Order: sequence, then C-alpha cells, then structure tokens
Amino acid sequence: MIAELGHYALVLALSVALVQATVPLYGAWRGMAGWVGLARPAAIVQCLLVMIAFGALTYAYVTSDFSVLNVASNSHSAKPMLYKISGVWGNHEGSLLLWLLILVLFGGAVALFGGNLPAPFRARVLAVQAMIAVGFTSFVLFTSNPFVRLLPAPMDGRGLNPLLQDPGLAFHPPFLYLGYVGFSMAFSFAVAALIEGRVDAAWARWVRPWTLAAWCFLTMGIGLGSWWAYYELGWGGWWFWDPVENASFMPWLAGTALLHSAIVVEKRDSLKNWTVLLAILTFSLSLLGTFLVRSGVLTSVHAFATDPARGVFILAFLIAVIAGSLTLYAIRAPAMKGGGLFAPVSREGGLVLNNLLLSTACATVLLGTLYPLFLDAVTGEKITVGPPFFNMTFGPLMVPVFLAMAVGPMLPWKRGDLLGAVQRLKFAVSAAVIGVLITLVLAYDGPWLAIPGIGLGVWMIAASLEEGAYRLRLFRAPIGESLRRLGRSTRSAWGTTFAHAGAGMVIIGIVASSAWQVEKLQVMHPGESQAVGPYQFKFEGAVPLDGPNYAAVRGTFRVSRDGREVAVMQPESRSYQNPPMETTEAAIRTGWGGDLYAVVGDPTGDGAWSTRFYNKPMIHWIWIGSLMMVLGGLISLTDRRFRVGAPARPGGAARAAGAAASMAGK
Amino acid sequence: MLMALLRRLVFAFCLASLITPAWAVAVDTPLADPVLEARARAIHKQLRCLVCQNQSIEDSNAGLARDLRILVRDRIAAGDSDKAAIGYIVERYGDWVLLQPPMKGRTVLLWLGPLLFLLLAMGLIFLWYRRRSGSTAAAVAAAPLSADEQARLKALLDDREQT
Repeated sequence: MIAELGHYALVLALSVALVQATVPLYGAWRGMAGWVGLARPAAIVQCLLVMIAFGALTYAYVTSDFSVLNVASNSHSAKPMLYKISGVWGNHEGSLLLWLLILVLFGGAVALFGGNLPAPFRARVLAVQAMIAVGFTSFVLFTSNPFVRLLPAPMDGRGLNPLLQDPGLAFHPPFLYLGYVGFSMAFSFAVAALIEGRVDAAWARWVRPWTLAAWCFLTMGIGLGSWWAYYELGWGGWWFWDPVENASFMPWLAGTALLHSAIVVEKRDSLKNWTVLLAILTFSLSLLGTFLVRSGVLTSVHAFATDPARGVFILAFLIAVIAGSLTLYAIRAPAMKGGGLFAPVSREGGLVLNNLLLSTACATVLLGTLYPLFLDAVTGEKITVGPPFFNMTFGPLMVPVFLAMAVGPMLPWKRGDLLGAVQRLKFAVSAAVIGVLITLVLAYDGPWLAIPGIGLGVWMIAASLEEGAYRLRLFRAPIGESLRRLGRSTRSAWGTTFAHAGAGMVIIGIVASSAWQVEKLQVMHPGESQAVGPYQFKFEGAVPLDGPNYAAVRGTFRVSRDGREVAVMQPESRSYQNPPMETTEAAIRTGWGGDLYAVVGDPTGDGAWSTRFYNKPMIHWIWIGSLMMVLGGLISLTDRRFRVGAPARPGGAARAAGAAASMAGK
Repeated sequence: MLMALLRRLVFAFCLASLITPAWAVAVDTPLADPVLEARARAIHKQLRCLVCQNQSIEDSNAGLARDLRILVRDRIAAGDSDKAAIGYIVERYGDWVLLQPPMKGRTVLLWLGPLLFLLLAMGLIFLWYRRRSGSTAAAVAAAPLSADEQARLKALLDDREQT
C-alpha cells in the first residue's frame, strides 16, 4: 500500500512538473501575472510529492518489505539500520529517485526563498527546473521504477554490496548529488537569462550563492568518496582516475571556473557570454556524469544499470538538454554585450587565466575518460587511459593555476601591476623559499619533483594568509584599525582566503604522501616484527570475529617507535555472506605527522598472514585541506550581499513585458 | 646433510606430481631479493586490474589481480627485464592492460588533445580580447561624456571622497 502511494505520488509529480514547465513560461512571455504566479505553488507541490515518493521507498527499506523488488534485490533483514536507509540510494532506481528529490528540493528552495527575484524571472527559472524534472521523473517511472512489486515475496533480500556498507559511503552519494544537481540551478538561471536576453550584475549575484552551495556539497562529496576509497579499498590509494571519479571531478572543475567567472560578471559586467555558457556546460557535465555512471557504459562498482533502454533514454535526454540549451545560447548570446574593459594583468585577467586553465584541465579529463569509449566504438580497439596519463597531462596544467591563484586576489580590478603584487607578497615568497630549503635538508635524496611541489603548497597557504593580512592592514596600521577593518570586511573575501589556503594544504598532502610514503608488504608469523620507516610493527596474531552480517579476521599489531609503544592497530578482513564478498578494513592511526596504515590479508595456511603497512606522511592534509575549501565556500555563502540579495533591478515590474523589447533594442 | 637431501627429494616430488604447496599461489609473497621485488612492484603499478575500473593490479583486491602480480614476480624472478616482463603480459592481454596507453597513430589525438585545446583556447581569448578592446575603445572615444554626465560623475566622486 505504502509503495503504491509512493508510485502514485511520483506520477502526480510528473503531471505537476509538466504544468510547471509550460504554464509559467508562457505567462512570463505574455505578461500574465496569474500564470507566472503558478510557478511557486507548483514547485512546492512537486517537491512535496517527490518527498512522499522518496519517503515511501525509505519506509519499504526500513521495514524490510521484500514484496518490493527493489528492496528484495538490494537489502537484507540482518543489515544495520544505517545501511537499510543508505540502501535506498545504494542502487540504480533509488539513487535516481534521490537525484530527483534533490532536484525538486532545489526548485522548492527557489520558490520559498527566492523572494528577491523578479516574479517573471523566477517563473522562468522554475519552468526550466521543471523541464529537467520532467526528464528525470519519466526516466524513473518508465525505465527505473523502484516501486515494482515482487510476488511472491522472498523470505529475505539479496543484500547490499558490502563495499557500500560503510558510514563514509552512506553519505557520499547524497553530498555528491547535492553538488551535481545543485548545478542545475546555475543551468536554470542561465537558460532563464537567455530567454529574457539579459545577463547583468544582479543575475550574477543571484546565481552565485546557488553555485557556491552546489560547489561546497560537491567538494564535500568528492572528499568523502576519496576518504572512503583510502580506508576501505585497503591499498592506501585515494584517487584512481576511475571514470566514475572523473565523472564527478569534471563538473567540479567546470563549477570552480564558473564560481570565478561569475565574480567578473558581478563586479565588472564582463565575461557574460562565457559565464552563461559555463553554467550550461557545468550542468551538462553533471548530466554526462550521470549518464556514464547510470547507463552501464562503464562497468564498475558504481554502475548498477545494465538495461540498454536506460542508457538510450538518458543519452537522448542528455542530447536534448545540451542541444536545446546550446541552440538557445547560439541565438541569444550574440545580443548580449560585454561591459567593463580590463588590461591583461588585472583581477579580471587573473580570473580569465583561472578559467582558461580549469577549462583545459576539464577538457583533458573529459578526453581521457571518453577516448577509450570512442576508440572502441570507432575501431574496436580497446585501450586503457589510466593514472599515468592524467598525472602527466593534468598535473602540469595545475602548476600555473596554483602559482596564479595566490597572486590573483592581490591584483586590483581593471589594471594591475604584477611585479608590485608579487612584492607585496614578500612574506609568501620567503615562506616558499624557506619551505623549499627545509624540504631539501629533510629529503635531500629526492624525489626532486616533490621539492618545488612543497614550495608551491607553502606559497599558496602563505600568500592566502598574507592577502588576508594585507586586507586588514595588519602590522602596518594600529591594531584597532585592523580590527575595525575585520569587522567591516566582506565575508566572501575571507572565503577566498580559506579556500585558497585549503587548496595549498591539499597540494602539500598529495606531494608529501606520494613522495615519501613507505610501504611494506610481507608474510608474517605471530611474534615477528617489521620496520616501516622509524616504526616497528609487531604482529600479535589474528583471531576470528563475528560481525552483525559478516565474519571477520582481526589482526593485532603493536606499533612502537624508539622502543616506546605508540599504537595498537587492529585491521580486519571481512567476508560477507549476502552477497558473498571480501572487504578490507584497514587500521589507520592518524598522528600529527601523517598516517600509519595497516592491513591484514590472507592466511598462508601455515600460521602466517600476508600483511601490508604504510607510513604516509601528511596525507591527512588532503582531507583537512578539502574541509578548509568547503569552509571557505560556507563563509562566502554567509556574505551579507548574498543573504539580502541584490536589490531588484531598476524598473522591475515593467520589465517582464519589456524584456523582448529590450532584446530588439539591442 | 641428510635433511638437505630430504628437502630436495620433497621438492622434486612436489614438482614431479605438480602438487605445488597451496600457499605459493594463494598469497602475495614478496620476492626475497628486495631489488627484484621493487622492480616487480613498479611493474604492478603500470598494469591494470582486468576486472576493475582503472585500478592497477598493485591497488586491487581482486583474485585476478593477485594472479597477475604473482605472474609478474615469476617473470622477474626468471630473469626477464622489465620490458620483457611487461611485453609478456601485453602479448596475452593486449594494450588494454597498460594503464598508460602507448603513443601511436590511434592515440595521437589523446596525447596531444590537451595541448591543442590549450592553444585553441588561448587563441580564442586573444582574438576576443583584441576585438573587444578595439571596438569598445573606439566606442568610448566616439562618445565623450555629456555635460549632464560630467556633473553626475563629479557628484559621485565627491560623495565617495566624503565616506
């Protein structure tokens, strides 16, 4: 009964979405206030209906209702409650329903909190948002219905992939989707602006908080995913350039570029066409990611769909969205004139460089991800594009990004002085030099690439701090003056400081943990010891252990340094029955200097075990840095200008009908 | 002496009857020589796990990856050079097994793509910038501020100086 209610709510949601996608659009065009006014209640009702559908599916999972096929295939009565709930989106149908839920939540948020938007513009945004919802609701209803019944109901379910039964991964998809789908807001704002034929500073102010929120979620989602890979896959790696990882990384790169170019639109009324295009491309990449993961074009842990009908549907939808929006762009964009001029060396110039490099990096990842598919389709030849390709092409592109991102915020708008900006960063320059020298002394035997790498990270952190201090006139003015400036300064500038410093921490974490990692792989008998860098790992033996829905072997290692015990580490090797699968639970001890990482593997049969140890210096900086970036985004989001919103454009009411006229006038 | 003979006999027996002790294939046993082991590990990082997504056999828990690891160790222990050991695997599984695709006719676009994109984007930015500064500068020069605008500008500037 509950499942049928969910199904019914979803059908109703599709009908509401169809109305919301058409009526307000026509109303805004014709200037009919009643039709325009329909957008808000429609978005809220649609949101409530999808929430009912999602709630119904969640209920079926929580009560282990195995008469629902989706629950029977992906859940099991012996699973802990957390994984019963996360099981809702741990499968193809449920994850699409989550996608849809987040889409309509964003639409509902615009309807409820978008009071500062002019009504016709808001109506158009919500209509575009509803068009996307029509596509995805149909996709769920016609190809991936999670409410299908199974008769007779089996006694128990088939269980959730054990790799996914993990707290890190339980929350990874919701964050990732909040990011992915959040970019649909940027897309809807861009398309609505194209329909109106008007992009200005106010538009940039409206779109920026939504993009920023999506970016924060996506950063968090990617960070959680890599952290999960690090401790769950048991090989100490955290980024594999897996096509599925790339699918989430491409929108992140494009979204990061979008955040920065929107600043230029807001402050200088320039780069308008490009920003609108970037908003369209960012969401298109999110859709492409969904296609790659959901269609089964790529086979991996993440791909649940094997039915070709699904792939064809989502590909058709992808093409419709991209072709439709780009056609509209081609028609409308030439009419939009850019405003402010600027010299190549200026804040704008720095942001253009950021966009150039991030887009190239994004295109590189896209090329590397799709090339094997194209080559296979065209010639039948199979190749693999793996980490070495991405490290060789993506890495060098990032170096100028990092060099420039420290200088950019120091440059004034319109026309800057590069030498002057670098001179004002003298603390950062000296910090980077000192960082390189210290690294040289501590790690004189290489690898030599790591030394400038550390210098780069230190440069970014120091320059971000120095830029913040410069803004406060810290140490150059009386402390009272600095405090007064702190009170008055804009939050978004502090967001930049935090996010850029966080990126510097990520670099240091990546460089240090890959350059100076110690790894040891061996067979050990209980009582034996193994040296890992300055640490001694003593194997105390391994014992069997029963978990709620798995059997495990737990190894115990006593770790000492200079004869003093520093940790007892207990990694596990688990075997699940439903479905049968082995997973590794690495034991990780995080200290100030980095992580110690221990894995217990297979028994050799004669009382010994294969074991692996790693010492990964500074690897935790990767995740601390990611959190700093998210924090920076959140600080920026609290900026007063975004909360109060830009004041309505001059002549607000007359504009709905006047939009077409102003287009013609241009 | 006797023990050594006995051990050799047991070993010969195992070989003859093809009963390899189970642990020899089941577990990743590193090679005794650390130099050889380091070479084998470096090769492991360049080969993909056949049943995973873009994971090297070094980074995979899959049984097939383990078998390949052991195969590489066997080749290295048998005296193969790195190139020969990789060639041995590629001969059986094709270029697909290499995580770094080889540079050849069909992958030229892949390897040069990023550079081409960068140059194209730089060219477009250059053209856009030149055209825009040309046209806008001309427009600005053609339309000097009117008296009314001059007055507003002055008022705005005065206002700003006071705050």
